[in-house]
Amino acid sequence: MEALVQVSRLVSELNAADAKAANAAIGAGFAYGLAAIGPGVGIGFVVGKAIEAMARQPESAGMVRTTMFLGIAFTEALALIGFVVFILLGL
Amino acid sequence: MNDLNEPVDNAPEFAVSRDMVRRGLLVAPLLLVVSGVIWGTEGVSGSAYGLAIVLVNFIFAAGIITITAPRSLPLLMGSVMVGYVARLGLIFIAVLPVRDSTWISIPSLCATMLVTHLGLLVWELRHVSMSLAYPGLKPKKSSPFN
Repeated sequence: MEALVQVSRLVSELNAADAKAANAAIGAGFAYGLAAIGPGVGIGFVVGKAIEAMARQPESAGMVRTTMFLGIAFTEALALIGFVVFILLGL
Repeated sequence: MNDLNEPVDNAPEFAVSRDMVRRGLLVAPLLLVVSGVIWGTEGVSGSAYGLAIVLVNFIFAAGIITITAPRSLPLLMGSVMVGYVARLGLIFIAVLPVRDSTWISIPSLCATMLVTHLGLLVWELRHVSMSLAYPGLKPKKSSPFN
């Protein structure tokens, strides 16, 4: 929290253009960080349920792994969108 | 599940990612042409770079599962989570050196990453859902639901 206050104090001392760039960089960092949380939870859920399914029915492990892989990749698309926003905002 | 001698080619996620890479390479010329028309030469290089990032990301994701799944389920779970963070980091590291380059168009890179990732996934999902990988599950033609 103190770091945020310090950052905002530093930003207020900058001129308008620098302040805009600094705010964009901070916003981009938050966007990427927050966008990575959701997919992380989602992937954990997908993998957890897939492992549960494989433990219950080992004979269907191949199908479960295929579906799990696709689920992981789809969930990861959300993180990629966050990354793209991060790049475009002010990497 | 516990067969460590299982050939890599037989791993389902490896087959899926191999299919996606093959299709990605098939549509690559079209993507490069479209990017070139919209963003010029920088667009072509950005699009090629984005396509490479997405395809390598798919291969890494499948490789992690293929290597760890035959060993143990907890290892699979842990490595997928660590792999997710590691792959995001690798994408970041891959984009970092080219962000200020004049030879690459960042909008083209971003657009290609999103379109290719989602497009290849939907394309593959269509094939998997048609049960090409598991023909035994494919509905019979005589089925009343066809």
